[in-house]
Order: sequence, then C-alpha cells, then structure tokens
Amino acid sequence: MPVNEVYFMGTCLVDLFYPKAGLAGMQLLEREGIKVIYPSKQTCCGQPAFNSGYRKESLPVARSLIKCFPKDIPIVIPSGSCAGMIKYHWPELFEGESDIETALSVAERVYELTEFLVDKLNVELTDLGEPTKIAIHTSCASRNEMKIADRIENLVSQLSKVEVLEQERKSECCGFGGTFAVKQADISGAMVNDKTDTLKATNASSVISQDCGCLMNIGCALEKQNSKLKTQHIAEFIWDRTHA
Amino acid sequence: MHRTETFTDRINDALDNEQLHSNFRSAMNYLMEKRRDKFPDQEKLDNLRNIASSIRSNSLSNLAELLIKLEEKLESNNIKVHWAETDLEANNIIYQILKDANAKTIVKGKSMVTEEIELNEFLEDKDIEILETDLGEFLIQLANEKPSHIVMPAIHKSRKEISKVFAEHYPEFPYTEDVDLITQQARKILRDKFRQADAGISGINFAVAETGTLCLVENEGNGRMCTTVPPLHIAVTGIEKVVEKLSDVVPLLDILTKSATGQEITTYFNMISSPRREGEKDGPKSMHVILLDNGRSKIHQNNEMQETLKCIRCGSCMNHCPVYTQLGGHAYGTVYPGPIGITLEPQKQGITQLGELTSACTMCGACGEVCPVQIPLPKLINKLRSEAVEGNNANELIEGAGSMRKLLESLAWKNWKLIYSNPFVYSMFSKTTTTLNFISPKTIGKWGKYRTTPKPSKYSLKELANQAGFDNE
Repeated sequence: MPVNEVYFMGTCLVDLFYPKAGLAGMQLLEREGIKVIYPSKQTCCGQPAFNSGYRKESLPVARSLIKCFPKDIPIVIPSGSCAGMIKYHWPELFEGESDIETALSVAERVYELTEFLVDKLNVELTDLGEPTKIAIHTSCASRNEMKIADRIENLVSQLSKVEVLEQERKSECCGFGGTFAVKQADISGAMVNDKTDTLKATNASSVISQDCGCLMNIGCALEKQNSKLKTQHIAEFIWDRTHA
Repeated sequence: MHRTETFTDRINDALDNEQLHSNFRSAMNYLMEKRRDKFPDQEKLDNLRNIASSIRSNSLSNLAELLIKLEEKLESNNIKVHWAETDLEANNIIYQILKDANAKTIVKGKSMVTEEIELNEFLEDKDIEILETDLGEFLIQLANEKPSHIVMPAIHKSRKEISKVFAEHYPEFPYTEDVDLITQQARKILRDKFRQADAGISGINFAVAETGTLCLVENEGNGRMCTTVPPLHIAVTGIEKVVEKLSDVVPLLDILTKSATGQEITTYFNMISSPRREGEKDGPKSMHVILLDNGRSKIHQNNEMQETLKCIRCGSCMNHCPVYTQLGGHAYGTVYPGPIGITLEPQKQGITQLGELTSACTMCGACGEVCPVQIPLPKLINKLRSEAVEGNNANELIEGAGSMRKLLESLAWKNWKLIYSNPFVYSMFSKTTTTLNFISPKTIGKWGKYRTTPKPSKYSLKELANQAGFDNE
C-alpha cells in the first residue's frame, strides 16, 4: 500500500534545541508528496527516565505520546535513539499494562527518518550545494538497535558534491548516553574528546548524524574546543543542499 | 585490588593515566580487528550465535538435571565431585584436598573462578605456594596485581612495564624488552615448577554432562601441564559451565576462540575425561572437580536476569565497550569488569554494594551485538538500574533492590514526569526546561567541563511546524 500520510514525532531534543532539523525532516517528506501531521501534544518517548531506571516515571510520559498517533499510519522520527526506544523498549515498559496493545501498535508503526526516506520512499536527491567534505557519525541506536545506520550513507552518497571522509573508530560511541553524560561526566568527557579528536583529524568541515543527542554532545564539545568543525542533522543537511 | 577507594576515585585514577589509556586503546583495537576478521559474513555469524545461544539457554533451562548427570558421569570416570555454595566453602574444600595429599607447591592454569574465590590469597595464608603459569597471570602475580581483563589479564601493562616487573624478580636473566625472550625465560622458570609441583589447579570452559568431559581452552600449553604433570589435579568451575552434550562443545568452542582472541582455534584444547588409567604413562593419579555456586543459583531463579549465566567468558563485550576502553579493568574494582562485570557483579554481591557499577554504561549496545551467546547485556544493565531505584528489596531476588533510590534524584524525575506527561505543562515549561537540567542538579556542572552549554532554540519545532502550516493532529 503506498504511503501518503505520516505522523512526525519531533522528539523533545529536536523540539527544544534543533527545531530546524525537525522542520527539514518534515519538508523532505512533504516534498515526496506525503501529507505530514505534527501532533501538537507530543512531548517525549520516555527514554531519559527509562535509561536511568525510573520506569514508573517513564511510563506516563510514554503513555501521553500514544494518544498523539491514533490513525493507522507510519510515525516518522528524526532520531534512531527515540525510534529505538519506542520500537524495542516500549514492549518492556508497557509489559502488564492495560494499554500494551495500543503501545505495541504505535511501536510497529515507528520509522527512523532516514530509514523511511530510503526504504519506504526511495528518495532520489539532486545536489544543489557547494562542494563540501563531511564526516558521518552514525549513532549507536541507529547502528546497534535499529540497524539502519547505512541509510544515512545511502542518502549522502546521492549528493554528488559531498565528499565523505572516514574517521577512525567510526562506530565507537561518542559518550553521550543521556544521563550518563552527567552521572559519569568524566568518562563521558574522555569519550567525547576521543571522538572529536578523530573527527577533527579528517579535516572535514562538518559532522552529520541522524541523532541529535550525539550532535549535541559532539557539537558542544567541539565548540568548547573552539573548533571550526560544525555539526548538523542529516535532515537539515540534505534539505539545505537539495531545495531550490 | 583497590577495595578502599571509591568507584569514582578509581575512575579518576584511570582517566588520569595516559599510559593505561593508550595500552587499552591499542589492545582493544587489535582484539576487535582480529575478531572482525574471523567473522566476515554477518549471516553466518548470526547463525552461529543463534546456535551457541540456544545451547547455553538449554544448559540453564535444565541446570539441576544436567549437574546431577554431570556429577554421576564424573564420579564414574573416577573424578571426585565437590559442591561448594560459597567462595569460602570452595577454598576450604580445595585446602582439605591439598592437605590430605600433603601438597605444598601448586601450579595453576588461568581461571577466573579461582580469582573470584581469591584462592591464591587463601592458600598463601596457609603457607601453600601457588604459582600462576599462564604468562599474563604469572606476570601480574609477580607485580602483585589483579587481572584487568578476563582473557588477557596483563593487558593493562605495556611491554616496558612487563620487562621491568620481570627483571625485578628475576635479575639472573639479562634485561630485555623482547617479549619472545621474556616468554622463553618465563618458560624455563615454569618448566621446573611443573615438574616439582604437588598439584595442579585449573578452571574449566565447558563441562559436558553426557560424557563427564572437562574442556579447557588455552594457548600456552601451561593448562595441559597443570592438568597432566602433577599427581593431583583439581578443577574449579561455576555451576553454569555445564553443557548437555559433547556435540554442544563444537559450536561453543568455535565461537569462543573467534570472539575472544580472533583465533580459529586455540593452540591447545584439552578434553579431560579421567585421571591416569592403568597402563597410561601420564596424567594425574587423582582428580577433583569443585562445582561452585557462589550466588549463581540465585541469579538462576530470576527468569529475566538468568541470561547473565549464559556467559562463556570470551571477553568480547569488554573488548568492544567504549567505557572499558577508557577505564581498563581495575577501575571496576571487581573480578569481572566491563559489560558482563557490571551485569554480573551487582547481582552476585548486591546492589547496595555494587549497583553504582551500572552507571558505567552509555547504552551504546556494542556489547550486546558482539556477545557470542546473545546475552542482552544493555537490557539487563537497564533492568538493574531500574531494580536499583524502583525495586522492592523485600520480595526481590536481587539483594539491595531499591537501595539506590535517592530523594533528590527521584524528585527530579517526578518533576520531569509531571512536565513531559502533560502537553500543556510541557509547552509552558519547554522554553526554560531541559531534560538535562532536571537530572542531577549537583553534577550538571561537569557537562560544562568538556562542552559548552546547549542553547534552547528561539522557536520550538511545534511553533515552526505551526507557522509552516502543517496539520497538528
């Protein structure tokens, strides 16, 4: 069945810190002829509390999200981490709850944005931007949990003027891990410093990722180091380069 | 072990030690690459992992039955079986066996379970000489340290550091930093010890219930020496190491050596089925097996956490763990470090004692992806975090459940819940509130030690979507 309508779940991080990435994601979908609905009552998937052990606090937050997606249409999320939370951890979070069926029906409809663009829409991109060199940071959730990390590479490879430079230890975690970054701040700091070292060594001008958690961690570290290396979400990167 | 320091102290020590970091970084890179080269085909790897995982699950589903069968088989093979509920019990049993045999000098093969019960310390206190014969263990015994990795115990040491330790203890050999030469020298020392030893002690990788076969994986031949040269052999193992059939060993061995060291097979693989029989020219005259519980049966009762016991101790989870790579094994302060350590140790020793270990994880999932027996390590670590703050100790199988609940932190999450579960409150607060601010008011400052503070955007996505004319329900 052809898709012609989707929900867009922005995620709390995108909503507050990277709204342009979210908007770009919605515009990319719209350009493919998809009607995009942005339910205004959405907040968060519940992941921050869930990963910290606070499932009782996570549950009502996740539950409030269910109500945002009543129609049986795909839910597209510009984050592997939040998509993974819903798809793979909601079943555990809602276990034994009366609304588990509804939660599972939401989980089944969840797609990460690059996954949806490549697998469902077969998007074809025409690069209108200036030549540039980038490094791609595939988030751990996209790689290990959602297993869709190659979709971002697929999209970027369609951009003729973008050269992708590969950093050392590309698949290593950047050290964000949500509350890990504050609970184990020094380990997290050592990890993000290692990560930014490898990224800077590529001489790329920007780092692109499909997850804003990683981008916030890497981006704020680069800024602290006064690096010229910029970070950008894949949706915004593609939209900027492909719309007239 | 640095028992008196806190976890945070040990973390800081590790992070400040650049030599340590570079030793681990290069060692882990090497091990990951070696493993990757052995599994070029993801589909084949997944098949093998499925097989290995189901063999281990089968062992755990029929644990009691298989252990009884194993005991029968071992006894009928003339191997004496002892059951030990605790580390102290195991140590006492081993000591009694040694005493009865008048054994004073012992050679030992590499075994994490004997680290777990601190056998060396126990026997040394009783004036029994116990010598580690695995080269890595031998070196850290000289240095009076503990293993920092379950497969490569001395991996935290650079070649220079190893040379120095060796030279300090054996000044009769000319100083060298050539690892091959040190190995030859160590070999000379150990050969005499093997000949003279009154008993050999080893661990076990797989204990086969069907045949009573004890399998031992090793690379240096020291395991074979320990188990065949001295007149007495004592093998120590956790009860979870039992497998049902001899044929189970084939896929397990295959995936173990490839996952651990990237080897097709180890240089030595010992299948021990009895002491020396009449007419045979080598082998110990008598053999004992200690089957150790030490918290395992309690983990086994917990259906969800039981998967922890599937572990075949390959060390792959730590090789791929970005936190372990930063810290090395000693920072954990436990026998088993890395992802399997932070999963296993709080269950064994209680959350009150070791629950904080579970914070040393970014949930990146790398460990779960490489685990040869598909232990869902991130999921189990997450579950332990939840037990630590939400569990009820009165009716939980995990000791110390609920003990890490802190007022300030739980209030912060309650606030977070109030805001994020209510769209109206959320939109009112979203301008001034970030998730990060709520988590730990005390420690948020450290984010800024390494990074700038993220700035909330002027407009939220909700506002931008609205302005752009997208439907809102």
